[in-house]
Amino acid sequence: MSTRRGSGVRLWDATPLTRITLVFALLLSVWPLYWMVVIASRSVSDATAMPPPLLPGGNLGDNISRALTDDSANLMTGLLNSFIVAGTVTVSVVVISTMAGFAFAKLRFRGRQVLLVSVLLTMMVPLQHVGVVPLYIMMIELNWTNTMQAVILPFLVNGFGIFLMRQYTMQAVPDELIEAARMDGAATWKIYLRVVLPAVRPGMAVLALLTFMQNWNEFLWPLMILRPDNPTVQVAIRGLSNTNYGTDYSMIFTGTLLSIVPLVIIFIAFGRQIVGGLMEGAVKS
Amino acid sequence: MSEVAERGPGRLRRLVDRFDLRAMPYVLVSPYFLLFTVFGLFPLGFTLWVSMHKWRLAGEKEFVGLDNYGFLLTNGNFWNATYNTIGMFVMATLPQLALALLLANALNKRMRGRLLLRMGILLPMVTSVVAVAIVFSQLFSYRYGMINWGLESLGFDRIDWQADRLPSWLAISTMVDWRWTGYNAIIFLAAMQTIPRDLYEAAAIDGASPRRQFWQITIPQLRPVIIFVVFISTMGGLMLFAEPMMFGSGRYDGGAAGNFQTIGLYIVQAFRERNNYGLAAAAAWLLFMLILIIALINYLFTNRIRGNK
Repeated sequence: MSTRRGSGVRLWDATPLTRITLVFALLLSVWPLYWMVVIASRSVSDATAMPPPLLPGGNLGDNISRALTDDSANLMTGLLNSFIVAGTVTVSVVVISTMAGFAFAKLRFRGRQVLLVSVLLTMMVPLQHVGVVPLYIMMIELNWTNTMQAVILPFLVNGFGIFLMRQYTMQAVPDELIEAARMDGAATWKIYLRVVLPAVRPGMAVLALLTFMQNWNEFLWPLMILRPDNPTVQVAIRGLSNTNYGTDYSMIFTGTLLSIVPLVIIFIAFGRQIVGGLMEGAVKS
Repeated sequence: MSEVAERGPGRLRRLVDRFDLRAMPYVLVSPYFLLFTVFGLFPLGFTLWVSMHKWRLAGEKEFVGLDNYGFLLTNGNFWNATYNTIGMFVMATLPQLALALLLANALNKRMRGRLLLRMGILLPMVTSVVAVAIVFSQLFSYRYGMINWGLESLGFDRIDWQADRLPSWLAISTMVDWRWTGYNAIIFLAAMQTIPRDLYEAAAIDGASPRRQFWQITIPQLRPVIIFVVFISTMGGLMLFAEPMMFGSGRYDGGAAGNFQTIGLYIVQAFRERNNYGLAAAAAWLLFMLILIIALINYLFTNRIRGNK
């Protein structure tokens, strides 16, 4: 993958088909998000005006305070809960995936191939749908409905993470390095902590970012198991659309905008790593 | 632990070493398998168990065998949901793959600012399904939607996107495609960059046009990744839930006539609104079966790409 910057032609010097495709795709990608900003910064009546407004207005602050204080949506609680849930799940997925990824990439053991294939197969189980009824019954039995552990526990592991980390470990840690550590008498766990972990840190960062995004955006299961007074952010913005005030698009869009701000910040800060990590994970898994 | 062992007698040392070599790999992979067993495998089996019962939250659980399945397979609403799910899946996936390939091909050109371009088309992935569904539902709204406004300005009639099958499918497919096309394009792009340059050079010397190179080199070389992307899209497409739910104002019925109710919505409706856990579980298993069948069909189909070579 060549990522040398500043090489190649400028976009406007490319062939017409390439140029049209890319410009069109960029506009389509950005437009709905821009539209979200436009409506979130305008008044209630502007949101349904015809012709539609094209530029942002000055009502953002007002809309934010309305969205955050709307007592049927509990957006503040939702934001906080989502940080807790996505943060916990991210730590767990990263730790468990680096361990298993290391084992699958560098250690020899009986049944390795079979276990690896079964990780791949577990990725085929549509857990959100097939699991929703039994998980719900489990959580009722445990008396855990409306709790954060109910939202966190089913997502603590992730087959994709193991594949990504296995791939990353295979290419970031040379076999010779591990053999040398073994010659020095290092135990496996020491090799893991001292040799592997420092080398795969960039891979861990990518996995952490992707996992955080994915869990921040989780919807079906939190919707099932949480009550509206204790939502995650996705459940909360869904609640905004069902308030008593009818469809107040400027407030709904403001809530929606607030719900993606953390992710957009992450994306702008780490976009290069995310793109690189996706491309890395895609080809060789 | 090992420090103690190093100082201890040789026998203990050897035992520790043996444990380290033999057992440590299993210790490292076991958290995944333990947690997956509890929160993946067990629910899968438990769903099957529940699906063979008349099961409500409270009260007796009565074993009914395959009755729930029998009910579903003769039930018009379930077939309607299945029809909608497959229809929207096809409607969303085919253009999405074509667009993603086109985009990846364009992004594969050596170009300045390519990182920004890549990030730009990946941006929708950051947006949650709920956020996408909220924004697009507004864009597609009958009276105040920008899309109907655009249609009217161009002299067409406005469309009631929620009322009929095809328009509602189109609106929902648009949401899916908006969010995922860029992601798939990045995956295709990654694979395109691993195709050896000399293949293209050789083809160019033989006088093959860029179009012909695309069909005869790029596509066949991308086969494994196309299988991967089709697989991911199948999983996502058949589990469609949040988009049709938000599009239908947060209800599970998929519009007044159920014209965009998916199996995902059907499951949740059976379980949350009708309190019929057995039926929901049976529908979930049928969905799982459907995913396996379609994944198999996809696999057999994409396998034929090799034939073009």
